[in-house]
Amino acid sequence: MTTVTMTVNGKTVSGEVEDRTLLVEFIRENLELTGTHVGCDTSQCGVCVIHMDGKAIKSCTTLAVQASGSQITTIEGLATGDELHPVQKAFKEHHGLQCGFCTPGMVMAAVDMINRLGPNLDEATIRHELEGNLCRCTGYHNIVKAIKAAADEMAALPQAAE
Amino acid sequence: MYETSYHRAGSVSDAEAAIANAEDGKFLAGGQTLIATMKQRLAAPTDLIDLRHIADLKGIAKQADGSIRIGAATCHADVATNEDVRTSIPGLADLAGKIGDPHVRHMGTLGGSIANNDPAADYPAALMALGATVETNKRSLAAEDFFTGMFETALEDDEIVVAVTFPECTTSAYAKFPNPASRYSMAGVFVAKGDSGVRVAVSGAGQDGVFRVPEMEKALESQWSADAVANIKVPAEDMLSDIHGSSEYRANLVTVMAKRAVAALS
Ligand SMILES: Cc1cc2nc3c(=O)[nH]c(=O)nc-3n(C[C@H](O)[C@H](O)[C@H](O)COP(=O)(O)OP(=O)(O)OC[C@H]3O[C@@H](n4cnc5c(N)ncnc54)[C@H](O)[C@@H]3O)c2cc1C
Ligand code: FES
Repeated sequence: MTTVTMTVNGKTVSGEVEDRTLLVEFIRENLELTGTHVGCDTSQCGVCVIHMDGKAIKSCTTLAVQASGSQITTIEGLATGDELHPVQKAFKEHHGLQCGFCTPGMVMAAVDMINRLGPNLDEATIRHELEGNLCRCTGYHNIVKAIKAAADEMAALPQAAE
Repeated sequence: MYETSYHRAGSVSDAEAAIANAEDGKFLAGGQTLIATMKQRLAAPTDLIDLRHIADLKGIAKQADGSIRIGAATCHADVATNEDVRTSIPGLADLAGKIGDPHVRHMGTLGGSIANNDPAADYPAALMALGATVETNKRSLAAEDFFTGMFETALEDDEIVVAVTFPECTTSAYAKFPNPASRYSMAGVFVAKGDSGVRVAVSGAGQDGVFRVPEMEKALESQWSADAVANIKVPAEDMLSDIHGSSEYRANLVTVMAKRAVAALS
């Protein structure tokens, strides 16, 4: 067992884990933040995407011990109080989900995309950047629309929100 | 996943000591292959020695002779977006940006990719076509001597890739046909022109991993155009065959990707 310590959504947390514990297991089971999902066994679906030190990564393909000492943001850390993040708001507004299982990963991937590339995104770029996130309900159309709308809204803001 | 013990190395000598003390240890970089393999119980190292925090293994530097040295623990996203790589070896930046997806590129590293030498990996084609040199904690190896077969390299169990140096080249491009589900290469062709002539290397398709195509190199030296390679076929019997594509299909893809890579530069 190893003690891991990291900052999750702005709070310092620690826990005792086996070295083989996946980061997603630590987040879901130790921290009880169940917004981050697990959808596959092959590192391909992207529903487990979180941000580690400001970059989107797959928490199912990272050990909790690897993440010790880092800054983590999960889907639960995006909103400010009752105020949803612009990307969350846009997914709601544009019906960017049906069953909702892929949504946390999609939203985290979208926020990362906007952080990296800036808010002036065209549709082709958004589709290309979503290569690591699978959705089996929507056909992606409304997800792309939601991300475009959120990016446009964030372009109009004085600073990017995260 | 079977039980394992994790060690975070702070330096190359730390990592050397940790692997020497481990019963059946393995180095861990981005984990984008190793953790996935351990989850499937296809690998069960007793110890994991994490190289991701070793400062000496990170970073990208343009050298005085125009070559570019990239630390083994540099992630794909950093190679794809680095200004020096983009201007000096645009084909390499483009290749790194085509690996997997954004999340994989944030963790996966150059050293992990070449140490693994998956026949479907992209980097090996760049190292072979650009005539790169692999620097380890023990020696320097030409790319051609480093890759020895499918999932095989010249690395010893306790040997660490420290950096890869890519010589300056005049022009470079990579064309890849990704598997639509996994994004790994079904056939990827890297074309480079430099002081030592034209070199063409193929990832994804060959049964023994990455290989060069001397006929294409010769043809491009006498005529730099997509037409020059249009009728050159690699032998189908040397290509991989699986549920994603037959060896004939892959052999054809090699010609098509070679044409696309050259066309992108014409
Ligand atoms: C969904 C998905 C899609 C992918 N798509 C592609 C793709 O399109 N193209 C592609 O090329 N790859 C692809 N990959 C693989 C990815 O590029 C991996 O990052 C890479 O193959 C391994 O690098 P890593 O840093 O993650 O290494 P790890 O998984 O940490 O290690 C891999 C192996 O290398 C060894 N190792 C690591 N670093 C060193 C070192 N410095 N010295 C000696 N040995 C070392 C380890 O011991 C291990 O055996 C994909 C992966 C995933 C999960
Ligand atoms: S759970 Fe599918 S990629 Fe992580």
